Amino acid sequence: MMLASLIIIPALGAILAWRSERLHPDAPRWIALGALAAALAVTVAVWMHGQDGPWLAETNWSWIPQLGIAFRLGLDGLSLLLILLTLALGILAVAASWTEIAERTGLFHLTLLLTLAGVVGVFLALDLFLFFFFWELMLVPMYFIIAVWGHEERIGAAIKFFIFTQGSGLLMLIAILAIALVHLQATGRLTFDYFELMGMALGPDVSLFIMLGFFVAFAVKLPAFPFHPWLPDAHTQAPTAGSVILAGVLLKTGAYGLLRFVVPLFPDAAMRFAPIAMLLGAIGVLYGAVLAFAQNDVKRLVADSSISHMGFVLLGIFAWNALALKGVVVQMIAHGISTGALFIIVGLLQERIHTRDLRLMGGLSAQLPRLSMIGLFFAIATLGLPGLGNFVGEFLVLLGSFDANPPLTIVAAAGLVAAVIYALTLVQRAFHGELRRSSSAPDLCLREMAVMAVMMILILWLGVRPQPLLDTVSPALLNLQKLDASHAALTEHQP
Amino acid sequence: MLALLWLTPALPLLGFVILFATAGRLPASAVAAVGVGSVGLSAVIALIITASFLTTPPEGDFYRQVLWRWIAIGSFNPEVAFRLDPLSLVMMLVITFVGFLIHLYSSEFMAGDEGYSRFFASMNLFVAAMLILVLADDLLLLYAGWEGVGLCSYLLIGFWYRDPANGAAARKAFIVTRIGDTAMVVGLILLFTRLGTLAIPELMERAPQAWPAGSATATAAAALLLGGALGKSAQIPLQTWLPDAMAGPTPVSALIHAATMVTAGVYLIARTHVLFELAPAIQLAVAAIGAATLLLAAFSALNQHDFKRILAYSTISQIGYMFLALGAGAWTAAIFHFMTHAFFKALLFLAAGAVMMCIGDEHDIFRMGGLWRRLPLAFASFLIGAASLAALPLVTAGFYSKDMILWGAWTSGRGGPALWAAGLIGALVTAIYIFRAVFVVFFGEMQIAARSRYGWRIAVPLGVLSVLALGGGFVETPAALGHVEAFSRLLEAVLPTQREVAAAPATQATVMAIASFAALAGVFIAYLVYLRRVRAATILDTSAVQRLHRFWLAGWGFDWLYDRVLVRPFLWFAQLNRDDAVDAVYDGVAFSSRVSHAYLSRTQTGRVRWYAGWLVAGSLAAIAIAVFA
Repeated sequence: MMLASLIIIPALGAILAWRSERLHPDAPRWIALGALAAALAVTVAVWMHGQDGPWLAETNWSWIPQLGIAFRLGLDGLSLLLILLTLALGILAVAASWTEIAERTGLFHLTLLLTLAGVVGVFLALDLFLFFFFWELMLVPMYFIIAVWGHEERIGAAIKFFIFTQGSGLLMLIAILAIALVHLQATGRLTFDYFELMGMALGPDVSLFIMLGFFVAFAVKLPAFPFHPWLPDAHTQAPTAGSVILAGVLLKTGAYGLLRFVVPLFPDAAMRFAPIAMLLGAIGVLYGAVLAFAQNDVKRLVADSSISHMGFVLLGIFAWNALALKGVVVQMIAHGISTGALFIIVGLLQERIHTRDLRLMGGLSAQLPRLSMIGLFFAIATLGLPGLGNFVGEFLVLLGSFDANPPLTIVAAAGLVAAVIYALTLVQRAFHGELRRSSSAPDLCLREMAVMAVMMILILWLGVRPQPLLDTVSPALLNLQKLDASHAALTEHQP
Repeated sequence: MLALLWLTPALPLLGFVILFATAGRLPASAVAAVGVGSVGLSAVIALIITASFLTTPPEGDFYRQVLWRWIAIGSFNPEVAFRLDPLSLVMMLVITFVGFLIHLYSSEFMAGDEGYSRFFASMNLFVAAMLILVLADDLLLLYAGWEGVGLCSYLLIGFWYRDPANGAAARKAFIVTRIGDTAMVVGLILLFTRLGTLAIPELMERAPQAWPAGSATATAAAALLLGGALGKSAQIPLQTWLPDAMAGPTPVSALIHAATMVTAGVYLIARTHVLFELAPAIQLAVAAIGAATLLLAAFSALNQHDFKRILAYSTISQIGYMFLALGAGAWTAAIFHFMTHAFFKALLFLAAGAVMMCIGDEHDIFRMGGLWRRLPLAFASFLIGAASLAALPLVTAGFYSKDMILWGAWTSGRGGPALWAAGLIGALVTAIYIFRAVFVVFFGEMQIAARSRYGWRIAVPLGVLSVLALGGGFVETPAALGHVEAFSRLLEAVLPTQREVAAAPATQATVMAIASFAALAGVFIAYLVYLRRVRAATILDTSAVQRLHRFWLAGWGFDWLYDRVLVRPFLWFAQLNRDDAVDAVYDGVAFSSRVSHAYLSRTQTGRVRWYAGWLVAGSLAAIAIAVFA
């Protein structure tokens, strides 16, 4: 019940927020904040009082027994951290778009909360059919966020986003049906249950094909090179809250899927495929960074940098050892915070100077010192300075990946240089140099400073004391690796 | 008392946090109190710790303080821990003291700047990061300090951010050093993967057990660490950022060149000397790079017009001496020269800053001249610094440390005389270029109005550093001159002393005499050419020499080369791919479906005859396939 409430609370909040707009235009905001805070409180309660073992809490309700579909949820350290990130970024996104979204606030918060409910569901579902249901649930409202409240080219971006995710989602649906049918043939039982499907032995070709179906869906979401072109358009055109949720949370569902499903369900195929996946990761690190450097649209620059950061995630997942996987988790959280913060900063900047074009900016340090200083802070976080969270993630990923594949690790390490180039270019073109456009825009207000302060403290905490987070996720990752190992042992006995 | 150790980096860090959080809302006096006071207190604590360390040395000659466990994953568990031993003690003392004097100087020098608070915030962070670097017990924490130093150099070089040129110089510093840092990261990863730890003492213990001398892995690891050191210490081929780094305020240059940043590479190699001894090829490379850099930079220094750029190339050259010493195995000599260099280079920069402050921020030395009368304090300080840099015999600190390096090179097994000769030529050129500056700036005709306007906060650091630049060398003197060995005896617990060579004291004295002569000859040549302007000096105006002059002025064309080989191709590719070639592929899919849509929709003509025709054709085709396939 606790777990189901994590999905139900945002969903109910969504409907309430939608209906409350007629009372007061700001009412949806407060309801959204309240719903997310309540869900956050429940999550923390589960964290504190969860049962022992890798699974802190589980729910298993019958749903469509005829088809072997159950409403099965489970929360381990990995899901917990990602849900915490989702809800926290949700709250910050609502707070940061207080003045940006002025029209149809009810509808906006309806779609935002529904997206978040879908994301939470994705992080909890342990039934493949249910997982797919949530996967689609988070997609549709996000489409509307981009298409309705987005910037100048929002319709094209929204359609691109929809086609990429929907097309790859279709592949995943086929893969889910395929694995269920193979299981049906082998055992005579139709089921979509994660644990039941996991123990199954598959032929090498079959497992490779089914795995690829999952992989493509998650690689598009991540996004991995060369499935990334939807991302810059969607992130750039979405309103601030949309970009924050897209970059901070939605991308993580791709990484989560790889961690939770692709490798544990198909360990052999995944290991055979690992060199290619790691290659795509390493390319992504460099390609995203070079792409980011060349952009004139500041929001697009930040968006492209996500491709680079997610390259590290892909690299680390397929290295599949304790160091790399923990690095992946830290990288995901740190990226969620630092890139989310950068999107918020860009949003605040656009509200003030009404442009995202770097060619028209420059010298803003003189006029908006607080905003510029905080922008500098997160640019530095994004380039991986030790003491801030991203460094811990990137270093652990590289450390772990070196064991698995030294040459590709070295290629990815070159991304550390590339990151400095785009991050400092951003700072130079936006904040330094001569002031280009003087305006009377005010510096950050108290609400905005509070949002930024929270994010700065989080990223600093992550960089200096990552251990509590690592301890939280440790049993979950160990469990994933163990499942994988026992499965690998099982298949070894097959002729 | 040693338990206070954590406060030495923590206090400047706290100063940074206060100044950052208040974001310029404190009055200037409070900013100065926090900024200067934090480093001052840190220096006092360093002094207390030193006294305690020397009077009652802890067991094993080191003190370890664990603050917290940073990360713990299986066998990877780096700690946030400090280690005080004689090497880090010397570094800590120099950083806090010279750092404090520079901060005190800055409080007056930067007065009235709109970014006063931002300046001190970055300076404090700089000192804190450098202290973390030298005190770190673990290579990962060392790397944290290492990157922190890089960040602060970026913030301070680009301090006056309105001028895009300053921003470019700042980014260049960060990016070029980051290239080295990335090599270092790979080195760290290699070390951990092979030796299972990043704690420095354990690493140095395990490396000789795991690897025979000259093994490929040891060589690779040493080479990667060297990559990091080359970047931070501005040695060939990563030296190009340092001359441009002059864009920052002068005290920043003093801090970067004397107390922090550029000496980090020297420290890293000294700290991991065990690893370098396992990789003789790399150690030889260290010496060769040092020798090449010291010559190259000295010749460039000889041709600069910009007061600060002379000093910048001088730093590259002097760090080259330290690398030469490290490569020759004269570890102690390298650290000794680091210390004396910190004194006289800080002094030179601060004196030059004082001069330029009084003449309306003019940088070109040929527009100065005759300033000694107007600015006696700045002149005296600069002269002392110059004498120490030129290693004028007996009375300067630079003489003793440079002599130790040259003697170390002479007696080193690998290519000793060649290294020594490079050092000797360097010594001659050093004396020429720095006294060229002395004669051109302070003697000759007055060309510019000068108004002495510095107060005690500038005068005191100049005075103290002058004393140190002269007397700081008496802690270690050669056999022929008193044979004091306080410095090397202090460091003996951490750094191996060079093996004793069976050289007669007479040889040592001769070698020393030759070096002394070279230094004096250099001063005399500078005097003849730049002050007396003897007729032979007209050779400098011939076109061949002028061409050479321009080549050396431009730093031997490294910037030109990198621009064409690295920067432009990168920019070209980035611009070319701005719209993402991969996206074009997907656009192609979209385009082709749109085209085929257009064509296929034309078949929907509404004419029944056509539809019937298609039906027949399709059926025939299906039958044909069924029959023939």
